[in-house]
Amino acid sequence: MIKVEGLTKRYARTVAVDNISFEVEKGQIVGFLGPNGAGKTTTMRVLTCFLPPTSGKANVAGYDVLANPMEVKKRIGYLPETPPVYPEMEVAEYLNFTGQLKGISSGDIKRRVDEVLGRCAIGDVRSKLIGKLSKGYRQRVGLAQAIIHNPDVLILDEPTSGLDPKQIIEIRELLKSLAGDHTIILSTHILSEVEHSCERVIIISRGKLVAIDSVANLTNRLRGSEAVALEVDISDGRPNAGDVQQRLEQVSGVSRVLMKESKNGRLQFEVESLQGRQIRSDLARTVVNAGWNLSELRAVGLSLEDIFLQLTTGEQKDQPKTEGAVQ
Amino acid sequence: MKNVLLICQKELKGYFASPIAYILMAFFALIFGFGFYTATRDMVRFSFQAQMSGQPMTMNVNEQIIRPLLGFASTVALFLIPMITMRTFAEEKNRGTIELLLTSPVTDTEIILGKWLGAMLLYLCVLAMSMINVAMLFAWGKPDLQPVLVAYLGLILQGGCLLGVGVFISTTTKNQIIAGGVTFFVCLLLWLLSWFTAFDSSVSAQVVNYLSIVTHFDNFSKGVLDSKDVVFYLSMIFFSLFITSRAMESLRWRA
Repeated sequence: MIKVEGLTKRYARTVAVDNISFEVEKGQIVGFLGPNGAGKTTTMRVLTCFLPPTSGKANVAGYDVLANPMEVKKRIGYLPETPPVYPEMEVAEYLNFTGQLKGISSGDIKRRVDEVLGRCAIGDVRSKLIGKLSKGYRQRVGLAQAIIHNPDVLILDEPTSGLDPKQIIEIRELLKSLAGDHTIILSTHILSEVEHSCERVIIISRGKLVAIDSVANLTNRLRGSEAVALEVDISDGRPNAGDVQQRLEQVSGVSRVLMKESKNGRLQFEVESLQGRQIRSDLARTVVNAGWNLSELRAVGLSLEDIFLQLTTGEQKDQPKTEGAVQ
Repeated sequence: MKNVLLICQKELKGYFASPIAYILMAFFALIFGFGFYTATRDMVRFSFQAQMSGQPMTMNVNEQIIRPLLGFASTVALFLIPMITMRTFAEEKNRGTIELLLTSPVTDTEIILGKWLGAMLLYLCVLAMSMINVAMLFAWGKPDLQPVLVAYLGLILQGGCLLGVGVFISTTTKNQIIAGGVTFFVCLLLWLLSWFTAFDSSVSAQVVNYLSIVTHFDNFSKGVLDSKDVVFYLSMIFFSLFITSRAMESLRWRA
């Protein structure tokens, strides 16, 4: 439904989005995750034909955003970060306007307005001025505007910001009920958001794609098992990296050994265990028995939160990095 | 076309939901009314004096009231137009609603035309205020209708150009005050230029004079409908809306 290839968006001095490629299939809910300034909004703006890409291709619902913007625009619903509402309009009047703007015929418009008023639970404020509404209500009016023409693709920039917990749950339910017929991309910097409502996650940081995987994969893989950061001192040049790696892999219960880096005469590894296995003591014994100097050994807690932080906060040399289902 | 009307309707609602439309109309009615009062009083006074001195003068309502009055109206309009156009795009950009317009299946041209048309209709409402006074002249006098209509046509065309320029300036910023200020400055400049070049016959002065939107109103105010002026105004309207669409396009690429 959405296909992005080598998308780059360069502003005067900065590169906001750097060579991103991904695909989203029909009916999926995809979470677009990244810290502030990662390029989420820019990517979404390209997908909605608000900004042209500097290079690369973006294809939405079978149409290219540069070649056929009108066709794309007909098939998307977009909720920007700040809901694009006119404070001097009443809620129903606003939905009437946006619905017609999106090509709903005047015969259908009333029915559609009533439908989205109900769906977004804003029927009780239908004749209030938008300017008088609270942030949460305004957000929902914005969402109603995005779904009013029943678009194939919904692009939502932080749809739950400014809502109270109850409203957040309602929006999540609403999004889930919309998935299936609609393909949804929602951006957020809140992780639980993604865990709750998305099937797949796209993590970007500083304009670069860091990870794409299903939420289940990301969490399963990293939650059930244990990850251990291990450092061996090789200042006297004795064991070489290959030897150590081989030996570590032979320890029972180890699923994967990753050589991280070698610096200042130290080799850093990251070792993951099989589900439910404790491997720390075995690892320590193995290294010591081999006569090498074990300089560090510690468990790395891996929540989605950590993955996210590590994936998105650049180079932190002294901390082992986690390769999720990455790159 | 449907989209143009939709946006135009939305614009009009925006104007009339805020005090701006009423303020402009009241302000214009007041100033025009004052001008009307002075012009009529002077005419009445002159005609009395002429009769007292036993030298009856031919008095002409068209020449002595309507023409200077509508000329005056064209100058006043120069100062009202920035207040009409300053919000057109600047406000949408500031509120973020421009994202709604630009991601909806409408073309840039439809958006621009809708907004310009909305501004034009408000301008017509403002101009309509002057008809209260002009109608009085028709009720108690016998002015010629045709030159009045021509002058109004001139006012409308001149307004259309300046509104186009104002809409263009509004696309370049998200700050309404800047949009209004710059448009005001441009209008002021046009007005001043028409003064400076009025008695100058050098080639450069003639060129400036020709390009100055204000000077083309002169013929209209005399009741002369010259196709040259009409063509000038229509092409200026087209040109200003054209550069507005270019500006929107470039905004996307630069943004």
